[in-house]
Amino acid sequence: MRNTLTIAGKELQGYFVQPVAYVVLTVFLLLGGWFFFSLLQHFAEMVQMYQMMGGGQQAEQLNLNTQVIGAVLHNLSIVLVILMPALTMRVFAEEKRTGTYELLLTAPIRTGEIVAGKFIAAAIFTLIMIALAWIFPLILMLFGNPEVGVMFAGYLALTLLALTFVAVGLFTSSVTQNQIIAAISSFGILILLYVISWPQTGGDTIKGILKYLSLPDHFSTMVRGVIDTSDIVFFLSAILLALFLTQRAVESARWR
Amino acid sequence: MIEVKDLTKSYGSFVAVKGISFRAESGQILGFLGPNGAGKTTTMRIITGFMPASSGTVVINGLDIFTNSLEARRSIGYLPETPPLYSDMRVVSYLNFVAKLRGVGRSQVESATDHVLKTCGLTEMAHRICGQLSKGYRQRVGLAQALIHDPPVLVLDEPTIGLDPRQIHEIRELIRSLATKRTIVLSTHILPEVSQICDRVVIINDGAIALEEQLSELPTGTSLEEVFLSAIAKEGDLPGAGAEETLEEVGAGRSQA
Repeated sequence: MRNTLTIAGKELQGYFVQPVAYVVLTVFLLLGGWFFFSLLQHFAEMVQMYQMMGGGQQAEQLNLNTQVIGAVLHNLSIVLVILMPALTMRVFAEEKRTGTYELLLTAPIRTGEIVAGKFIAAAIFTLIMIALAWIFPLILMLFGNPEVGVMFAGYLALTLLALTFVAVGLFTSSVTQNQIIAAISSFGILILLYVISWPQTGGDTIKGILKYLSLPDHFSTMVRGVIDTSDIVFFLSAILLALFLTQRAVESARWR
Repeated sequence: MIEVKDLTKSYGSFVAVKGISFRAESGQILGFLGPNGAGKTTTMRIITGFMPASSGTVVINGLDIFTNSLEARRSIGYLPETPPLYSDMRVVSYLNFVAKLRGVGRSQVESATDHVLKTCGLTEMAHRICGQLSKGYRQRVGLAQALIHDPPVLVLDEPTIGLDPRQIHEIRELIRSLATKRTIVLSTHILPEVSQICDRVVIINDGAIALEEQLSELPTGTSLEEVFLSAIAKEGDLPGAGAEETLEEVGAGRSQA
């Protein structure tokens, strides 16, 4: 545990002295702000339009959560598919290239502790990123009356999704010493998990499996405000599986 | 104590290390010599547990590096071929990090760092960023991280490379003083370095041991250079080509020393 925290502490400091992390953070918040601004403006126009046409009932059916926050979260989830691989690509690949991997692997620590430490650091950075994106719901709460529970579920979904991306990114970084290869392959895996339920052929079993593996299916249920244990279990098991594979990949350096 | 027995390492069909065996006792400095690509770095990486051997064993103070890796790694200080520095960290926080990683107790981390900063002549560089250090200072930080947990076994891959003559002298003195209660294995290209600081020499060529001898037992009147050249010529398939390459290295070694 102590070793894990030592590595996590060092890694986390690393994020704050690195331009890549700041670029990821800035792009994430800038795009989020842009989505929020344009979706909110669109929402306001719709409300006005319905009211002018005398459709008071229809105007009341417009929902701030689904039409603004839900949509922002969906857009941000796509942005994260691109940003998270950039954040995690260096984690192992750079150590291999610069030779510090030799320091880590010859130190009296377990490979599991290395992987856990690096994941914790990346996870904390991700949490900070998503915490800063709470600015959008806060603005709505200041000027309107959105449902806090639904927004909470949505942000929880975005957090679990981002942590899954982090774990996948750590895995691809652990199998190569080239950062570009790490980023592109994790990008590929994430996109695949986004579109995996597209094929509509095959039996019900296959369709069911593909639907279960599909990230947006689990994500959108939660964004609608439904916190289903099975979705949370799905994300947690995806994270654990990716971390397990990472640990195996690091450990494989020791296999005869 | 380091005990290497029948160590073999192959990468696919290429055999880098071919069944080498040697011992280094406590209080002894063992010089590991050989032409480029002889398998020195590979052997050191196996001794320190970075990579496994294809066959054979390495025992560090009674602990097998493969089966009892975690315990065995505790007693090793290792300076790899390239000093393993994080280029965006400051020297002092880097050394603190390595100290914690190598199991130095929380309360002793700072004093351990201070101590190695002093012994490696880095006190003035303590707050510099590792990535901005010159080669010589990077090498010294590399040595400092190997010493930080006061290990009984030291494995140094070309410790004096990139240093200026004064630094080389200092580092040699330092290694000599460390040897009294430790086992030290160091690799080098510089032959005079071996005659100056080592007690025992192992020459490897083409993955196999060409000579293993106590320095004091080498025939009097012959220089280490002659011993080295004849040892690797015996093993080489093409003595002419081998000697040529070796002479170049010896020349380079001389100008560095």
